[in-house]
Amino acid sequence: MFFTFLRRELAGRRRQTAIVAIGMALAIALVMIVNAVSTGMRDAQAEVLQSVYGVGTDLTVTATPAAPGDGGADGGPQRFEFDAGDGQTADGSTALSQSRLAAGPGSQTFDAAALDTVQGLDGVEAAAATLSLENVTFSGELPAMSQDQGGTDVQTAPGGDGAPPQGGFDGAGGSAFDVDRVTVLGIDPAGAAVGPLSAAAVDEGRGLEASDAGRAVAVLDASYAASAGLAVGDAIELGGTDFEIVGTVVSTSADATTASNAYVPLDLAQSLSGQEGKVSDVYVQAASADRIDAVQSAIEEALPDTTVSTQSDLAAQVSGSLGSASALISNLGLWVSIAVLAAAFLTAVLFTIQGVTRRTREFGTLKAIGWRNRRIVGQVAGESLVQGLIGGAAGLVVGLAGIWVVNLLGLTLGGSAGGGFTAGGPGAMPGADASAGAPAGGATGPFSAASQTATDVVLSAPVTVGVIAVAIGLAVLGGLLAGAVGGWRAARLRPAEALRSVG
Amino acid sequence: MSAAASARPLTTAVPSNEPNADPPQRSTAMYRLEHVTKEYRGKRTVTALKDVTLEIPAGQHVAIQGPTGGGKSTLLQMLGALDRPTSGRVVLGEAELSHLPDAKLAGVRAAQLGFVFQGFNLIPTLSAQENVEAALAPLGVAAAERTRRAGEALAAVGLADRAGHVPGELSGGQQQRVAIARALVKEPEVLLADEPTGALDEGTRDEILELLEGIRRDRGLTLVVVTHDSAVARRAERRLHLMDGVVTER
Ligand SMILES: Nc1ncnc2c1ncn2[C@@H]1O[C@H](COP(=O)(O)OP(=O)(O)O)[C@@H](O)[C@H]1O
Ligand SMILES: [Mg+2]
Repeated sequence: MFFTFLRRELAGRRRQTAIVAIGMALAIALVMIVNAVSTGMRDAQAEVLQSVYGVGTDLTVTATPAAPGDGGADGGPQRFEFDAGDGQTADGSTALSQSRLAAGPGSQTFDAAALDTVQGLDGVEAAAATLSLENVTFSGELPAMSQDQGGTDVQTAPGGDGAPPQGGFDGAGGSAFDVDRVTVLGIDPAGAAVGPLSAAAVDEGRGLEASDAGRAVAVLDASYAASAGLAVGDAIELGGTDFEIVGTVVSTSADATTASNAYVPLDLAQSLSGQEGKVSDVYVQAASADRIDAVQSAIEEALPDTTVSTQSDLAAQVSGSLGSASALISNLGLWVSIAVLAAAFLTAVLFTIQGVTRRTREFGTLKAIGWRNRRIVGQVAGESLVQGLIGGAAGLVVGLAGIWVVNLLGLTLGGSAGGGFTAGGPGAMPGADASAGAPAGGATGPFSAASQTATDVVLSAPVTVGVIAVAIGLAVLGGLLAGAVGGWRAARLRPAEALRSVG
Repeated sequence: MSAAASARPLTTAVPSNEPNADPPQRSTAMYRLEHVTKEYRGKRTVTALKDVTLEIPAGQHVAIQGPTGGGKSTLLQMLGALDRPTSGRVVLGEAELSHLPDAKLAGVRAAQLGFVFQGFNLIPTLSAQENVEAALAPLGVAAAERTRRAGEALAAVGLADRAGHVPGELSGGQQQRVAIARALVKEPEVLLADEPTGALDEGTRDEILELLEGIRRDRGLTLVVVTHDSAVARRAERRLHLMDGVVTER
């Protein structure tokens, strides 16, 4: 009787069944999508962190930023000085180029002895030190300087009776300069396999090896190498030294760049940047997850001038569209889900109450012919539960379709982590064009692509067992809630309601 | 201590509160109402039944008449174990309905009482067959047995060929026949009808009345019919009049 009645009621009252089920379906689908997307966001954040800090890094040690005022000195603008004899002159133009290697913007260095200190601590499985640098290449063309053509004459009397200016990048006495920035990471080729490169794999050539210490060899990020037109076997000038490119690396997480544009042996990075015996980051792997906190406090105690960050500290630093999208999903998404879910539950409850009220005489009659409350409550609860489950099944389908669409869209989120890895500053310096005064075109081109190391992650919203369990659980919960309220109402009806007159 | 001595108090101590324990004694009173008063308390307290004392022998055909608001439906609720009196006793066979808990009252209704309503009160989503079977559900009758008995009951009211129809596909007279089949399928002792022909035209009314009377004769049922229609009331053995909660014999 139970199933016959259940079937007849659900089929006979399709509109109510449909409304309750659709409400539940939409809410469940939304919860599933939000749930999957936020899982995807978390994965993406982890991916960003991994590409910067490496796999298995539990803690990072950085210098505590100094007080404002003397803090920016390392990464601040530097002066490029050219002697009279510098550059190559041809066709009335002098081409100049100089590269300088210095600590990356925002990163500060500390004594490399910190690594030994960290390695000596209890609970430290492995540790590696790196030096985060930035190579700035200043290159440009300017008109050739000759004895009979005083620079000041050209500048102060452009419309005078002297010969019109010649040479320069536009052939009319103009000048143009490019500032090219490359992030460089000094790593110990013989060091522990912890740190940024643990999340990278060799693409072409080879990685840095122990025998590379002290040699001018470099490994480039594959996407940087491609954008800069460099390949294995070529040379790259860093800090005035030509480095042989021995290999390229790619991030092991899809669609992410690696932590730096270039990787060079630590000792050379130190000497070329004038940071002898200094490092900027120490990557620490704890012996086990439960010892991370203890290791963190031990390092803080041993190295009072440093900042020790855990993975969750680092996650909070993930910035860019990924950071904001993640915040949006975890806040707005959560509240919207709760609101829609509450609305769906309320709809289900109200429609069930309305249904019971409409069927007052029906339930009264069933009581009059001897049905006990238990049976009637069970019937109402069963109907609601099945409505909820129909909604749950529909919601599961809609939710999976929604997640599929999200994955199909392949939303790309840009994220960056850590202070030293994104290049800031102006994109180009327009040349001083004496005669036309127009900014020099073409100077902005290669620069921005070359120095951008932020990580782009394609959002993938995974369908987990958890997502499906949430959908089914909510369907059952919604059905039981509506059924409990409806059943309670039905139980309170008097059997004498059967005698209520028709009109 | 002899076995008989210890057994005796046990047998007498077991209260016969199970209404179906003994075969009903149809020769004696089916219903006994003693000083039954029913008040509806609200903003204004209405006394729907005032100190009603009444006996209905088994197998009797009783008609209850009276003006609207006189208390007819309230009296039927007392007889039908649908409600309890505010004071007084209602005894059906061996069971004192006025003191039984709700679940026991439901059991009495399921096993012993058949109801027929003015508005038919069929479940609109269930077929005629399923509506009749619904009366057997609380009695724990197995599915196959339920199907058979419901089919027989429908045949008894002349609707064997309409078993698969839902109420909306049946005429008023046919719906009331289904309702009568639902009341009879449990083989009750008492049939209680509240204006059973109130929603029917005259021709159909007579058909239904003849059906009810035939069933009462065949099965020896006690039949209590509430009606405002004198033509219906005239067919009963006994006519009661209810006005302002007071019962008088006609
Ligand atoms: N559930 C109830 N609550 C309050 N008053 C009621 C209720 N049922 C009936 N009454 C009142 O009791 C009186 C008798 O009603 P009822 O037994 O339905 O009379 P009848 O069936 O003869 O028309 C009427 O005054 C009616 O208003
Ligand atoms: Mg009435």
